[in-house]
Amino acid sequence: MTITAQGLAWGIPLLRLLAALLLLLAFAMLAQRRLLTLIHLLAWQGVVLAAGTALVALLTGQTELWFSAALTLGLKAILIPTVLHRLLRRLQVHGDVEAVLNIPLTLLAGIALVIFAFSLAAPITALTGPVTRGMVGIALAAVLLAFLMMITRRKAISQVVGFLAIDNGLFFAATSATLGMPMIVELGVALDALIGFVILGVFFFQIRETFDSMDLQNLEHIREE
Amino acid sequence: MTGILLELAQVLLVAFLAPLFAGLLRALRAILQNRRPAGCWQNYRDLYRLFHKESLQAEGTSWLFRFAPYGIFGAFCLAAAIIPILATGLPLAPAADVIALVGLFALARFFQVLAAMDTGTPFATLGAHREMLIAGLAEPALLATLFTASLLSRSTSLSVIVAHLEQLRFALHPSMVFAAAAFFIVLLAENARIPVDNPATHLELTMIHEAMLLEYSGRHLALMEWGAQIKLTLYVAIGIALFLPWGIVPTAEVASLPVTLPVLLLKFAGAAVILALIETLLAKLRLFRAPEFMATAFLLGVIGLLTFFMLGA
Amino acid sequence: MLILLVLACAAMGIPLLALWGDGRRGAAMFIGFNTLTLLAILALAIQVLQDGAFTAGGGQFLVDDLSIVLVLVDGVVGLSTAWFSRNYMLHETVHWSLSRRRVRLYHAMFQTFLATMLLALLTNNMGILWVAMEGATLSTVLLVSLFRTAEGLEAAWKYFILCGVGLAMALFGTILLYFAAQQIMGHGADALLWTHLAAVRHQLEPQVMAIAFIFMLVGYGTKIGLTPLNNWLPDAHASGPSSVSAVLSGLLLNVALYAILRAKVLVDGALGRDFASHLLMGFGLLSLLVAGFSMLRQRDVKRLFAYSSIEHMGLATFAFGIGGPLASFAGLLHMVSHSLTKSSVFFSVGQAVQDVGSREIQRIRGMLEFSPLLGWAFMLAVLFILGMPPSGLFLSEFLIITSTLQAQPWLTPLLLLGLGVAFAGIFPRMQGMVFGAHQEGVARQSVVGIIPVFVQLTLVAMLGVFIPLTLVQWMQHAAQLLHG
Repeated sequence: MTITAQGLAWGIPLLRLLAALLLLLAFAMLAQRRLLTLIHLLAWQGVVLAAGTALVALLTGQTELWFSAALTLGLKAILIPTVLHRLLRRLQVHGDVEAVLNIPLTLLAGIALVIFAFSLAAPITALTGPVTRGMVGIALAAVLLAFLMMITRRKAISQVVGFLAIDNGLFFAATSATLGMPMIVELGVALDALIGFVILGVFFFQIRETFDSMDLQNLEHIREE
Repeated sequence: MTGILLELAQVLLVAFLAPLFAGLLRALRAILQNRRPAGCWQNYRDLYRLFHKESLQAEGTSWLFRFAPYGIFGAFCLAAAIIPILATGLPLAPAADVIALVGLFALARFFQVLAAMDTGTPFATLGAHREMLIAGLAEPALLATLFTASLLSRSTSLSVIVAHLEQLRFALHPSMVFAAAAFFIVLLAENARIPVDNPATHLELTMIHEAMLLEYSGRHLALMEWGAQIKLTLYVAIGIALFLPWGIVPTAEVASLPVTLPVLLLKFAGAAVILALIETLLAKLRLFRAPEFMATAFLLGVIGLLTFFMLGA
Repeated sequence: MLILLVLACAAMGIPLLALWGDGRRGAAMFIGFNTLTLLAILALAIQVLQDGAFTAGGGQFLVDDLSIVLVLVDGVVGLSTAWFSRNYMLHETVHWSLSRRRVRLYHAMFQTFLATMLLALLTNNMGILWVAMEGATLSTVLLVSLFRTAEGLEAAWKYFILCGVGLAMALFGTILLYFAAQQIMGHGADALLWTHLAAVRHQLEPQVMAIAFIFMLVGYGTKIGLTPLNNWLPDAHASGPSSVSAVLSGLLLNVALYAILRAKVLVDGALGRDFASHLLMGFGLLSLLVAGFSMLRQRDVKRLFAYSSIEHMGLATFAFGIGGPLASFAGLLHMVSHSLTKSSVFFSVGQAVQDVGSREIQRIRGMLEFSPLLGWAFMLAVLFILGMPPSGLFLSEFLIITSTLQAQPWLTPLLLLGLGVAFAGIFPRMQGMVFGAHQEGVARQSVVGIIPVFVQLTLVAMLGVFIPLTLVQWMQHAAQLLHG
């Protein structure tokens, strides 16, 4: 799979820019207070992912990646945020995200995680070609930031958004660091993500039915006896 | 010789364009908010009026109160001399270091805050404390942004940085994206713009910058106001120099001025439009949320640095 | 060809059960599909006996000595669980007033789980392995919260989030593995095939493989139940139906360990044996000890045996960490015996809990009195799980201790401590539950569902006394594969 030198010249900076945007969005989600904006940021992450996949498809000439990009756009940028939005309304969840730590402290923890991710991925960076340099580090950083978001949130919906953001980070790793996984694997992963999301939706209603609230503190009652 | 003339021209340009820029910004905000603007030239009229009025000194204040406006104005004019606005090869360029620049702004702030506290009134002290709170968080963010730019150009000299960035033209640097976001937030904070501070308010609950000016009158007030306007123009100029450097000539060539000047004015006009939009669309942050906002700026700056190390760009 | 037949038998059941799988008919269909699958698996085993390891589907599917043993176990445990599930679910449907839709969901999800387990064992593609594991997790999540209690919801949510995040880490590890593979084999679907990777494993980039293995260990380790990633395990086992607990312990943990073993072979080639070895030993021993001590505090019978699962899987992981043909053989034997025994335990415990109406150990008394067959089944199953001869677990634990004495003698006291504490945790409780006088309000149910317990325990006894020659050969080859 060859990339033209011309393609390299403008394609790589653009890919790097998309990677930086992904990280920026991950941080924005970490610093966000309002649930609705959180979902919008998730949608933007989906758009950035789809753009990245399309760019890699353009640079490497793999036609299946175009299909993958379209799937990403439809699923992660449109379908899932819309469903989350509707869930938010139907479950009548209002207001802010309740955080375990205050926001500046969360952001500082995020910076520490980013440094950790970059240092962990540094030996890998040494091995990469020009296209994929640094992408593993950024993807890992995005995954860890989403993970931090999941840990420091109390409402069920914000944990789910964190979960989906982890998925986004992994998808970015798969497209930009390895220039696309085999199609069958990508389809499988997408299918799993979709089913997982459906199950989560079912869960929300079950939780709502049982506890009358989406606060996860209700789900902390099992104790060792 | 041409270098020195160009240098002087730059300082005078900044000094005399600053009220116009601030006035344009205010007029655009008024238009966006469906009010009748007071005209772009209103600031000049205000300054003229103030210079002809008597300057009173509050009882109990010291020489610092009289000296501060001159100190502030002088610091900003010196900053105007070293920032590459028209050209990068000016005579004072060797002295133009990013840390020195930040130091100059800090010097101005130092005098402003001390002068405010010198008056001893509660409002002024209030403003001074709030100003230091915001600035204490904004300065690291500014430094992080400038360090990102210096890492890219391998030098902390402003003229080298701008020359290098100008050469790179349309290259997209992800670290500069983060640095731009951080710098924008710092610009809003340092110049007392919404969402950090409302430049038009005099309510105790919300004012930061205005509080420090309450005791001044006459020519002192004129210099302080003018200084604030110059500060805003300088920040916009730094932003343009770092992130939109096309058109800044590499050496002191008078011949290219006809090209440089209109481009510069166009960029300033664009900046005014964007700032007016931001100010109209956002609401002022509650004061205890301002540190969070500044923390975000700082962290964006740090991510810019980290991204540079990770991606090499 | 036969591989595809096995998978098809399992997968075919899913839509049919989803549409018509309620009540007695559903239970019968469930048993029917699993019987078919077991027959197909036996045919596959015969072919492996004749031809040795082979791939199918253009290299996408693989069956070798390691997987055939586990696939056989899958088939047997699947069928016995289906059998047990019939009476069990008929009773639970009445008790919780489950709707027909929910019972259909139960059967369809269960069958999906069994099918994905088989897919995970029979695929050659490391990416599809991950997809199957994720599919298995998703299908059991709704099963754990089947009874819609607050406790069940909490357990299911914890399970979903912890395993979801864990598997996300494992996916990252798989992506890094693909990355390392690409450097050598270039782009394309072949780069994730285990057989191809094993052939070039000495050329894989060591640093990338190290990081990839760590991520995969964290990810799949969450599913195996290694401390400190196993918070979900006791809750999920306790709150779900007993049939689900049986397959979670018996099948899911095994397949997760299988995934780690496949990765271990690749990492050993790239980095030398010590790296993976030390990690597996460390986590295994830690899980063993922590689970052992946690057992002393338990009051809920299903949680108690959930911790026992953690302990045994820790022991198996430790065995694979020790490495060498003897310890790997012992580890495999342990996995097989544990599957059969632990599912038997959960069958009998499930029946007992149903009879008494409570999961508390204090409330379950005198099983031999109110239901002799059940009492005997439970007693024998617990004795076997504790490692009494002639259990296969006795043999495997003996072999593990022997190889630890040879390889790392100073770890043996810790091993014995863990096993001893587990014994002290379970044995007295079992005595109390089986002997004595039973309490009021016990409703004795039909014991037909317990028959598989005796069948499985016989198999385990056979493994402890005289393992069939074919099985020995397969396990020895598999041990060779893992070691060399």
